[in-house]
Amino acid sequence: MSLEEFRAETRAWLEANCPKSMRSPIKSEADICWGGRNWEFKSEDQRLWLERMAEKGWTVPTWPKEYGGAGLSKEEAFVLKEEMRRINARSPLDSFGIWMLGPALLKFGTHEQKLEHLPPIARGEIRWCQGYSEPGAGSDLASLRTKGVLAGDHYVVNGQKVWTSYADKSDWIFALVRTEPEAPKHEGISFLLIDMDQPGVTTKPIKLISGKSPFCETFFDDARALVKNRLGKAGEGWTIAKYLLSHERASIVSEAGFGGLNPVTAAQTAGEVDEKGRIADPILRGKVAELTIDGLAFEATMRRVKEEADHGEGVGARASALKYLGTEINKRRHELNMSALGSDGLLWEGDREEDGEVARNWLRARANSIEGGTSEIQLNIVAKRVLELPGG
Amino acid sequence: MSFILNEEEQMLRDSAKAFLAQSAPVSALRKLRDESDPVGFSKQLWASMAEMGWTGILVEEDHGGVDMGYAAAGLLLQEMGRTLTASPFLATSVLAASALKLAGTDAQKAAWLPKIAAGETVIAFAVDERARHNPDHVETRATKDGNGFRLNGKKRFVSCGMGADAVIVAARTEDDRINLFLVDTGAKGVERTPRRTVDSHVPADFAFDDVKLDGDALLAGAEDSETAYRHVLDAGRACLAAESLGVAEEAFDRTIDYIKEREQFGQPIGSFQGLQHRAAHLYSEMELARTLVLKALRVLDETPSQAPLWCAAAKAKATAVSRLAGSEGIQMYGGVGMTDEYDIGLYYKRAQAAGEFLGDDSWAAGQVAKLAGY
Repeated sequence: MSLEEFRAETRAWLEANCPKSMRSPIKSEADICWGGRNWEFKSEDQRLWLERMAEKGWTVPTWPKEYGGAGLSKEEAFVLKEEMRRINARSPLDSFGIWMLGPALLKFGTHEQKLEHLPPIARGEIRWCQGYSEPGAGSDLASLRTKGVLAGDHYVVNGQKVWTSYADKSDWIFALVRTEPEAPKHEGISFLLIDMDQPGVTTKPIKLISGKSPFCETFFDDARALVKNRLGKAGEGWTIAKYLLSHERASIVSEAGFGGLNPVTAAQTAGEVDEKGRIADPILRGKVAELTIDGLAFEATMRRVKEEADHGEGVGARASALKYLGTEINKRRHELNMSALGSDGLLWEGDREEDGEVARNWLRARANSIEGGTSEIQLNIVAKRVLELPGG
Repeated sequence: MSFILNEEEQMLRDSAKAFLAQSAPVSALRKLRDESDPVGFSKQLWASMAEMGWTGILVEEDHGGVDMGYAAAGLLLQEMGRTLTASPFLATSVLAASALKLAGTDAQKAAWLPKIAAGETVIAFAVDERARHNPDHVETRATKDGNGFRLNGKKRFVSCGMGADAVIVAARTEDDRINLFLVDTGAKGVERTPRRTVDSHVPADFAFDDVKLDGDALLAGAEDSETAYRHVLDAGRACLAAESLGVAEEAFDRTIDYIKEREQFGQPIGSFQGLQHRAAHLYSEMELARTLVLKALRVLDETPSQAPLWCAAAKAKATAVSRLAGSEGIQMYGGVGMTDEYDIGLYYKRAQAAGEFLGDDSWAAGQVAKLAGY
């Protein structure tokens, strides 16, 4: 089938199958469908939309068919994305299983592991969270101490993870666990898939400066992880973790696509514009113009790097520069939103559902340059791997 | 629109790199400076550029050029930025050639474009009358006089003005519109004064005292002169941004090489996180500038209606990034970066001068705000 035929078929199918209420931009986090054992659909349309898309393999279009995908080529997947965007179709399913674990499983998993875990991710039946950071292991992730001791067909896991997004709502966790205590720190870590529905796993939410938070602490107290659910060899977890982090960075970067409120509309909303519609404060206007230029530059750079990658030049460690730039620019945007709104931006609680959202988003954005590797870590990577500066 | 260079463009860039390393290294600029060259560029180099077809990069084949477009012109300037090449390329082959192409009559094109392509003439482009760039601030007047005009006014810091045979002057006519006039620099009433600048270039201040112009001095072709004037400036901005990017890239590469070698406390200073973060930040910013420069050049060639926004954005970013590359370079070189013996200071100086010409980053950001409607 040619790409044009594929486009026509896709368009017709989407027209026929995407429910009307799923054709508008998501307004808040409540509109996102995460799936999982305990998921309650927000509407019948949300359920229908997920079922129909999963049936086609279009929740994970490029995955092989036997693992729940549609086996589409990159070009076809891009057409699907364009056609979905054309009608403002919402993503039928968002999950760390799709963004992070899936790519790692596809690359490092055995056929049996893929068959067991990928299709439930594609259908939204199992919701995953990521167990990487620990209280003593943030930027220096490889110093983690959660330990797993081999006992027959399983590991006994003890320790604590932190910043596990949505751990309280997830079914399984993919975690980095120290299984070879005698090995050098990067070589003693294994990548384990752990069912959270067992007595040894507990979670506790963490409250953030933005007032709400998806983050939790996760505790393992003699929890069990079957050896067959270890991805890769024992002690090979760091390699997998690094691969997975590059996917996480890419997804944080693409989230930094600059939709939503911008400082210009913020200034207009607050009435802080002159008779020509220009931002009244000339210094704020200048800052916004600089942000506009960097925003245009960033979006075009994402396209350039993608084009270069398709052309065989590879992205590699340049992803770190993009993560750094994207998240720093996004923080600036939220800061300027707040400045442009003045005291209106300070609203924390009110009568309407969206009251407080601007301030919460502003506070949430502070984490962009911390999560997925801090800006400083990204700069380290650029310095060492792109610029090849000598090690300290 | 593609961000990938095609084969022809890659070949052009590679041959430019090789040629400039041989014929116009940084030492050539030093020589022009130390010998107080009266025009600030080498006529011999200009002739060599003509032999390679560079001078006619924007000129149609009918008029003896190669007509490769702005992306190609920008690639050449990027390489010239790397070697700090002083030449009339931007003034003549980009600005003057664009003005003639857009606003010239058939007769004007036939008379001048072949000469530009052949490297037989240098034409300067005169815009500014004050210290800061402002294309709307034109007080120079061209008043009707029989079939011709009388030109009165002043222009400042005209690039390559001392070596120019002619200069295209932006002047207001009686209807208050801005028009472009091609003026012989030897005409009676034209006075020019050299201004030796920090980057070792020699722009000229022009005074026009009742200069008598023939009717055909007015560029009055297919396109309205004022529209052409603004488009020429956009094109100049994108091409100059490409030069600034080249200046930044070379300053950056030299700095990275230097901090890998230079030792303090028994180790290369490039191993210190303080410098690594500054270098990685600069690298990231340069990635943004690279994108905007290529985007603006492609837009000029493919979708010129979008040129004002992208050319201003490219100029703003390339200006800021090249200044940062120069200043970070000097900082990381340390004391020797302040000496004339090392080249890094020359890059810093050119970054400042190229940044100022045709609008610096603040001015260009102001344009972006205006074009975006806020």
